[in-house]
Amino acid sequence: MMAVGCLFLLLLGSGGAKANSASVSTELSKDVEINSSVPVDVTERTSAEALLEQLTHTKLSKAAALLEQLEQSGDVRVRAVFQTMLDGALYYQRDNRQLLAVRKGEDKSLNASDVFSGESLGVVAKKSVKKIRVNNRLRVYLRGALSRLALNADSADDRNIAVMSMLDKLSADNVAALQALDERETNHEVKVSIALALAMNTLATSSDRDQRLAAIEVMDGRLEAPVKNQLRALVDSAVVDGSIVNSSLDTQVIAAAQKALQNIDGKVTAYGYVEQLFFGLSLGSVLLLAAIGLAITFGVMGVINMAHGEMIMIGAYATFVVQQLMPNFLEYSIWVAIPAAFLTAGLVGVLIERCVIRYLHGRPLETLLATFGISLILQQAVRTIFSPLNQTVVTPEWMSGSLEINAVLSITYSRIYIFIFALIVFAALQLVMKKTSLGLQVRAVSQNRSMAKSMGIHTDRVDALTFGLGSGIAGIAGVALSQITNVGPNLGQAYIIDSFMVVVFGGVGNLLGTLFAGFSLGIANKFLEPATGAVLANIIVLIFIILFMQKRPKGLFPQKGRAAE
Amino acid sequence: MNLKKILKISALSLSVATAMAAQAGDTIKVGVLHSLSGSMAISETTLKDTVLMMVEEQNKKGGLLGKELEAVVVDPASNWPMFAEKARELLTTEEVDVIFGSWTSVSRKSALPVLEELNGLMFYPVQYEGEESSKNIFYTGAAPNQQAIPAVDYLMDELEVERWVLAGTDYVYPRTTNKILKAYLKSKGVADKDIMVNYTPFSHSDWQSIVSDVKKFGSEGKKTAVVSTINGDANVPFYKELSNQGVTSETIPVIAFSVGEEELSGIDTGPLVGHMAAWNYFQSVETDANEAFVENWKSFIKSDERVTNDPMEATYIGFQMWAQAVVDAGTTDVDAVEKAMIGQEVKNLTGGTAVMNKNHHLSKPVLIGEIQEDGQFEVVFETDGVVPGDAWSDYLPGSMDMIADWTSPVECGNYNTKTKSCGSK
Amino acid sequence: MSTPSSNSMNRLSHTVGKYRLPIKPTSLFVLVLFTATLLASMANLWVPADSAFHVSTYTITLLGKYLCFAMLAMAVDVVWGYCGILSLGHGAFFALGGYGMGMYLMRQIGDRGVYGNPELPDFMVFLDWAELPWYWLGMDNFGFALLMALAVPGLLAFVFGWLAFRSKVTGVYLSIMTQALTYALMLAFFRNEMGFGGNNGLTDFKEILGFDLQADSTRVSLFVITAVMLALGYVVSQFIMNSRMGRVVLAIRDGEPRTRFLGYRSERYKVWLFVYSALLAAVAGALYVPQVGIINPGEFSPLNSIEVVVWVAVGGRGTLYGAVIGALLVNYAKSRFSVVMPEGWIFALGALFVWVTLFLPKGLAGWAQDKFFKTEEHPSEDEPLSSDMDTPISHSAKGAS
Repeated sequence: MMAVGCLFLLLLGSGGAKANSASVSTELSKDVEINSSVPVDVTERTSAEALLEQLTHTKLSKAAALLEQLEQSGDVRVRAVFQTMLDGALYYQRDNRQLLAVRKGEDKSLNASDVFSGESLGVVAKKSVKKIRVNNRLRVYLRGALSRLALNADSADDRNIAVMSMLDKLSADNVAALQALDERETNHEVKVSIALALAMNTLATSSDRDQRLAAIEVMDGRLEAPVKNQLRALVDSAVVDGSIVNSSLDTQVIAAAQKALQNIDGKVTAYGYVEQLFFGLSLGSVLLLAAIGLAITFGVMGVINMAHGEMIMIGAYATFVVQQLMPNFLEYSIWVAIPAAFLTAGLVGVLIERCVIRYLHGRPLETLLATFGISLILQQAVRTIFSPLNQTVVTPEWMSGSLEINAVLSITYSRIYIFIFALIVFAALQLVMKKTSLGLQVRAVSQNRSMAKSMGIHTDRVDALTFGLGSGIAGIAGVALSQITNVGPNLGQAYIIDSFMVVVFGGVGNLLGTLFAGFSLGIANKFLEPATGAVLANIIVLIFIILFMQKRPKGLFPQKGRAAE
Repeated sequence: MNLKKILKISALSLSVATAMAAQAGDTIKVGVLHSLSGSMAISETTLKDTVLMMVEEQNKKGGLLGKELEAVVVDPASNWPMFAEKARELLTTEEVDVIFGSWTSVSRKSALPVLEELNGLMFYPVQYEGEESSKNIFYTGAAPNQQAIPAVDYLMDELEVERWVLAGTDYVYPRTTNKILKAYLKSKGVADKDIMVNYTPFSHSDWQSIVSDVKKFGSEGKKTAVVSTINGDANVPFYKELSNQGVTSETIPVIAFSVGEEELSGIDTGPLVGHMAAWNYFQSVETDANEAFVENWKSFIKSDERVTNDPMEATYIGFQMWAQAVVDAGTTDVDAVEKAMIGQEVKNLTGGTAVMNKNHHLSKPVLIGEIQEDGQFEVVFETDGVVPGDAWSDYLPGSMDMIADWTSPVECGNYNTKTKSCGSK
Repeated sequence: MSTPSSNSMNRLSHTVGKYRLPIKPTSLFVLVLFTATLLASMANLWVPADSAFHVSTYTITLLGKYLCFAMLAMAVDVVWGYCGILSLGHGAFFALGGYGMGMYLMRQIGDRGVYGNPELPDFMVFLDWAELPWYWLGMDNFGFALLMALAVPGLLAFVFGWLAFRSKVTGVYLSIMTQALTYALMLAFFRNEMGFGGNNGLTDFKEILGFDLQADSTRVSLFVITAVMLALGYVVSQFIMNSRMGRVVLAIRDGEPRTRFLGYRSERYKVWLFVYSALLAAVAGALYVPQVGIINPGEFSPLNSIEVVVWVAVGGRGTLYGAVIGALLVNYAKSRFSVVMPEGWIFALGALFVWVTLFLPKGLAGWAQDKFFKTEEHPSEDEPLSSDMDTPISHSAKGAS
């Protein structure tokens, strides 16, 4: 129903407009008959055209009133105009004031298309068109208007959203529209939503006790913010210090409202804990990802790898470069970025091992100094190559937004994916270490180098591969982190200390320990945060680690056996 | 052999120092005190390049007083004590005539005693918390009354905001700004329970809980806005979390005082459209002067991708004013230039004229812009005329009665109008 | 394992190498320091500014700062070079000492702050503090402030050391924990609620004990005092290392279990050495603050502490004078290169660290000793390491030696 189906351009204000309007009306009325019950008559439509023309002249501050008139005009084309405007794509041609939808192409050219049909009108010059400006206030209005218009949408989901968006705007008009919709609505979900809205209206307007009690019963247990706010306002107006003082209100209704509110608050608190748990798991997965590469280079090889953070940074920059190379396939760039980051960081890791670390075997504390120097060099190199500024990494559409479980609990997709991703990386690494011959060799070399050597293992090769593996994993972590934080030269430094804490707390040389440490520190942090604030929570966790290490000097899961002594 | 070593070091440093001293002569030296490494390099490197560009342009115009300008760049490496050390080095061994530098308040405060001791001259180009006015520093960035108050007014009048989240990084600028804002909001009748204040550490990266709290705070029926004084690095994860949790500019708009074009160049701005920032300058403003400036910058830095921002304009205005003052004074002598600076006028890049006031702060226009998809801002509000910068806030109990005036007869940076005395003297 | 690789400095003073030193190294160190300080001070105060031999105030403050760093490096060397405790958190003791002194200097400002409040420092007026918090009380007294500047870091080192060494936390675990310690302190001091000025820290000092901090004479005096303290620290450390305690400490470094089996309570030795080292660092911090004029939480940054370790490594650990040379050299290079090549100096610095670890494993001091004073009975310091290099994990758990 959006597409008005006209092949003409809306020539507003010019002589051509009149000539075309007849065909517009016939086309439109057909459209209306089929899809919509909104009545349209011809005179109103011409006024809508005049309004649309005014839109190209008006000042930003006057635009709201104009849009309101447009909405009331009842013209079906209004939806397309509003939607285009909301997208910030509504332009007009400077010479003939004709409305256009203009979107930027990859090469920054401006591609024009018809506002109503979506038909492409080719590339236009930047100087020949002008954007119709939108500000926040207009956007809020447009969004509301669109949802009101969507009450008649075909999709039940759209209708449901439209009803929900009206919960805190229950004007008489809106209530009437809802009642009208209720009569012809067949979808159960939408009907429940309408019932809720009407109940809220009853509670606010009716004076009949039974009706109001019934309304409260409908509202009981609903988590939507307007429901809670209305109940709270009702209770607050009558209750002081737990007892009902305002006798002009019905005590039974107030008591019911109070109970419903308690019910809702209880649910909100419970979901709050679930949310905190998820936040904790999510922070934990970030810590795990950041630390897991270090669990190899530091934990297994014993290199105090201060350049670990820079490996993460390299992974993040690899993501950036991949996105630059394939600007048309941003949605899939991540699948290229993961191997690219692994290889780049891994290669740098192998290089570092071959050029520096192999000369420092058995001198772990000196590896600290050398890798610290390397981290300085890598950071400055990135500054020189890419500039010291942060780089933009685009989050693919499928990773944006959040999964709404109910009105108070929603979980962001990027966090869910990172959580799953961390677990997959961990599992894959476990598999490599436990089930492949490389893993076996790595463990053998780390436990007893000379014995491994005499068994015919190329310790040199294993060392290089191990360090490369650890660095590569850090690079993969960089891909994930690029989705939630800065991609800049300082990226690595932000995670290096946390990574060391996680590895040491979990027990050096134990991957499972790293997993547990990451998640437990993340969850502890997030449960402390509401009470103490982010900084104190962090400090408390650090002090806890320091004290814990006194009790168990080798971490949560110390290495056992002769190799550990 | 350590004797040899030490002698060698001291001999080397002596010879270097004397060689430097001998060099000074036919050029006017412009010191650049911006971090090129460490955590602040991300912001400050741009300003170093801006000063270099200004120096180059001035030299093309024939320099100043018939002399070439020579830029002396040092790297204080985001290390605050190093700012004092490098300032001393610039003033004594390099003998520069003026310094352009500093970004953070703490770096300025670190260099300040050195500047006052050695009577140097510094231009500070970043918006800051105020509460300072030194004879030796000119503040060309915005004071709180040139950013925060107009921004809040706009939100209140235009967007009918009734609940306020004041979120900032835990350091002096956000704390002062938020204190001023809180006092201002209360004077406008906003209740305590409608203001939520939140501080986070530098480079805070996990915003899940805080954004969730903001969402809850904003779901209580009144229009809510976030006033953000979140600094630098922490902004990217903050905005990413906002958009992921579904907080858009339509539900809870965010207005920021530390996010400009350069910060946005590191963020995918698609989901941020409509969030706002308040500055004295935006790259998108269409004036001839600004278009020329942007063009020059892009060709100087040899990249079409680079953007301009407010602190760059502040550096530009400061540099132009200094050059004019040197011409007016006929010398680079600090005292003479300082006198000539007051009352200097320079055309803003966004139109109108910036004036240097007696308190060493500028009068500038205030603009509010909304973030666009291309990482630029679109101006949605502009003050009528210029707003003079306040060195001392009218909304803080300690500084209500204080003014700064570096002209005779007051000649004081913290003059108490009640006791009619300078500081405690 | 080979015989304990001994304190090479001691050995040097007794053995006759290719060359015989006319005096003991300790005396030589003190003498050199004394002469250099004297010359620099005189050249600053009494040689006219246009003379080629004039030392600028800039150089004096710079040298003063370097000497403070040298002392900090020496403190790290005492625990790392002699006892194998690699502390990545000595910056914390340094900064705490600095804050102690900073609080005193802050109180000395009195009503000369911008708000003219005689009781509260500026930043407290600014943030609406009603009265001075309890931990600031008494800090206007120089003696008490100095006591606090030493007692607080000393106590922290004692508690931390007592907990850690008693439960036999060693090697990398200990290093990471010291890092956690300084990191936690940094986060805490960044908080404005702590009452230490938050990110801005303490600054804008006016005078110390009534002397104007900006006067050349005060600067030179502070510089001389720093040099004297450094010399004193050197002599005392040397004395400790030559004492019975020093011998046990060396034994612990080279074989802690063995030392314990011989009946020594190794943790006690380690705790007291750790406390002594923390005190040295605190003194350095207390001297540092009046000379650079600012103290802020950045000093707690773990990276700073790692840098100190790098100075020691560059100079050569286990020699004390090596640490001093390393600190002076690296810091001088930093000051110089950040002007000469502001964009590229980080590369040079990073490369220096890598180069030193690869090619000068014993630092400059070790290299010089091998080159000029090589004696047959002098065992290589690497030997105990190479003998068990096959087990990096176990080794890393044992720590540096």
